[in-house]
Amino acid sequence: MLNMFEVIETNNMIEHEKLDVRTITMGISLLDCCDSDLKTLNQKIYDKIVSKAKDLVSTGEAISKDFGIPIVNKRISVTPVALIGGCACKSSSDFVTIAQTLDQAAKEVGVNFIGGYSALVGKGMTQAEENLIRSIPQALAITERVCSSVNVGSTKTGLNMDAVRLMGEIVKETAKATKDEDSLGCAKLVVFCNAPDDNPFMAGAFHGVTEADAIINVGVSGPGVVKEALKQARGENFEVLCETIKKTAFKITRVGQLVAQEASKRLGVPFGIIDLSLAPTPAVGDSVAEILEEIGLESVGAPGTTAALAMLNDQVKKGGVMASSYVGGLSGAFIPVSEDQGMIVAVSREALTLEKLEAMTCVCSVGLDMIAIPGDTTPSTIAGIIADEAAIGMINQKTTAVRIIPVIGKTVGDTVEFGGLLGYAPVMPVNQYSCEKFVTRGGRIPAPIHSFKN
Amino acid sequence: MNKIIITVVGKDTVGIIAKVCTYLADTHINILDISQTIVQGFFNMMMIVDMEEATKPFETFSQELETLGQEIGVRIKCQREEIFTKMHRI
Repeated sequence: MLNMFEVIETNNMIEHEKLDVRTITMGISLLDCCDSDLKTLNQKIYDKIVSKAKDLVSTGEAISKDFGIPIVNKRISVTPVALIGGCACKSSSDFVTIAQTLDQAAKEVGVNFIGGYSALVGKGMTQAEENLIRSIPQALAITERVCSSVNVGSTKTGLNMDAVRLMGEIVKETAKATKDEDSLGCAKLVVFCNAPDDNPFMAGAFHGVTEADAIINVGVSGPGVVKEALKQARGENFEVLCETIKKTAFKITRVGQLVAQEASKRLGVPFGIIDLSLAPTPAVGDSVAEILEEIGLESVGAPGTTAALAMLNDQVKKGGVMASSYVGGLSGAFIPVSEDQGMIVAVSREALTLEKLEAMTCVCSVGLDMIAIPGDTTPSTIAGIIADEAAIGMINQKTTAVRIIPVIGKTVGDTVEFGGLLGYAPVMPVNQYSCEKFVTRGGRIPAPIHSFKN
Repeated sequence: MNKIIITVVGKDTVGIIAKVCTYLADTHINILDISQTIVQGFFNMMMIVDMEEATKPFETFSQELETLGQEIGVRIKCQREEIFTKMHRI
């Protein structure tokens, strides 16, 4: 039978160490909504989302009450819209109407974000996909809850450099279209390499075509819990350190598994995966950077940061996989700058640079995330940053992403306030040398030799 | 069997257990196990109860117990057992 120590430990994690389930995300396939008439298509999309997800928020809240664990976000991901809209949308403005429909559906069911305004163009772009991509700036400017992502490459296909160059422009255009809100639109836009089909975390969530009609994916969190556990392992060797992280990751993931199974049962929707990510928030004590500092760095960004993060990421996975039958999504440590108090402090004191963050993305679960850069950064430089990050993903057979915000009207030394879970960020300097001739060559970077495994 | 864990934390005072147990009895909730300790002057109690025969749904009695806790100056929390067993048992 349970003992008091175990009950107190769990409740301390929830009440003092910010353990929560970060998101229950319902993936909904829109493939059966395809129609050649734009109005009918929009109506079908709206009806399907609202009918599938009408109980998502209330169910999430009921589960939260039953177990006494906060479930911070309830969200929806849908099939990449470029695939659904191709038949009806003849222009970018046609696609924008779908973004508005998604926004309305999200508001109707009460979710705070809906992901899947996406295009998968890792090897080539159809006209519909290009139209969708070109509609992103306007779509993100006029909607509130829609999130967009574009996959520009993979280990199997190489990098579509035409799409990379285009995304450099689109990120900049999105920043301009939302300049009155500190270019907030870019916080809802992710450029991926090796994008997973079942990621529950925004802004990069979409419901891949390999998925069932509807599915429940859950993202757990808990950097604060790991940090508190590591306080008990101060001065110990790496073996003890790793054991502590693994045990803690196991406990955190089990909570996610419980919530996912319960949500699946109550909603009558199959369970997909648990995403084992350590996802920070701007709250003090809920930071991945603080874990790295607890491990022994004076500041995140110091030499040793990449090694510490590599170890943390691996131990989180090792502890987590035993706790759940199905893990997927991004699974690892997130390092979003504006959403992590420790990262913000490290950038402010110039301990953490864009280049060090890039190195860190080689060993953690995602990529350059929520980084504010000067508003006068050129589209080709943004494309160069995307290309670098995508190359890391392609060569290392991992997911990488870029969610970078060129804040119009601001420069190095300024601070940007996004609000809520998106936090705030100091504007970081970017290397001033040009990569214009490189990114404008056109065509594709071929898949790496180790992708030929057949 | 439908097990719920009730935790009570707060300043120690006369009659905490009595009041909680009276409420549980009135609601037909059976107590399976109680452990209690005082940590640094603070009253800590954990109860494992079975709500199979309860006359009220979980949401109602967890809310009523919370209110009862506020009246006697302690924090009362009801959670389904699985969150603890999942976390601490393989």
